[in-house]
Amino acid sequence: MPGTNRPTLRDALRTVPPIVLGAVALGGVIGSLARYGLLVAFPPQPGRFETATFLANAIGGLLIGALMVVVTDIAPDRRLLRPFLGAGVLGGFTTFSTFIVGVGRAVDAGAALLALAYATATIAAALAAAATGMWATRRLTARRRR
Amino acid sequence: MTLLLVAAGAALGAPARFLTDLVVAHYLGRHLPWGTLTVNVLGSALAVFLAVAVADPTWSAVLSIGFCGALTTYSTLSYETLVLVEAGRWPHAALNIAMNLAGGLAAGLGGFALARALGY
Repeated sequence: MPGTNRPTLRDALRTVPPIVLGAVALGGVIGSLARYGLLVAFPPQPGRFETATFLANAIGGLLIGALMVVVTDIAPDRRLLRPFLGAGVLGGFTTFSTFIVGVGRAVDAGAALLALAYATATIAAALAAAATGMWATRRLTARRRR
Repeated sequence: MTLLLVAAGAALGAPARFLTDLVVAHYLGRHLPWGTLTVNVLGSALAVFLAVAVADPTWSAVLSIGFCGALTTYSTLSYETLVLVEAGRWPHAALNIAMNLAGGLAAGLGGFALARALGY
């Protein structure tokens, strides 16, 4: 920003309390183990739609939509809630890298249409789920306040 | 055992994403979510490289499912895109999705090419 004294990167990183990083790490472990559980329940098969990763990214979208309304409108004073549940649990639960690997695997298996369908379905479902999560949570909280 | 390895990878990947986002935002600002794009592109390159180069299921569990899985995120991508939509910035929202998708696929191709070039 012009005219303002920009803090150095070191200063910016110093403002992050270690407990926040710990909350992100712990949440990331919990979310990733849940995603691993989905992979065990729905093992990916070559040339087939990757159900586990699709579900993780769609469900994670729904939950982040709800969570962000909660942390901004309902409980903005809970400092660890967003790092733990948002960056941690949901960041660990959802994955972009496995999504890209899945698209690549489908192309590699000669199933270009599957790759396109998987990519489109994931993007659409994750965005629609996040919008639904935000909308539903806002409605619920508006009703509670009335 | 695999559970512990996935947990170990995630314990590093998630804070790495959090810190990368801070570093990238420090230099590029938050007008567009560059931090999430950065982790998603880097994680995609690494994950595809590992998918080709690492046959051992144990290491693949730690690195790919644990570390790359936690380093990258779809939930934050979805949320940050919706924030752009709610601000009426539809072109930026579409651009954000397009950059992540194109960047992730290009990075994946790069990881694939690197693994092949190294003889895997």
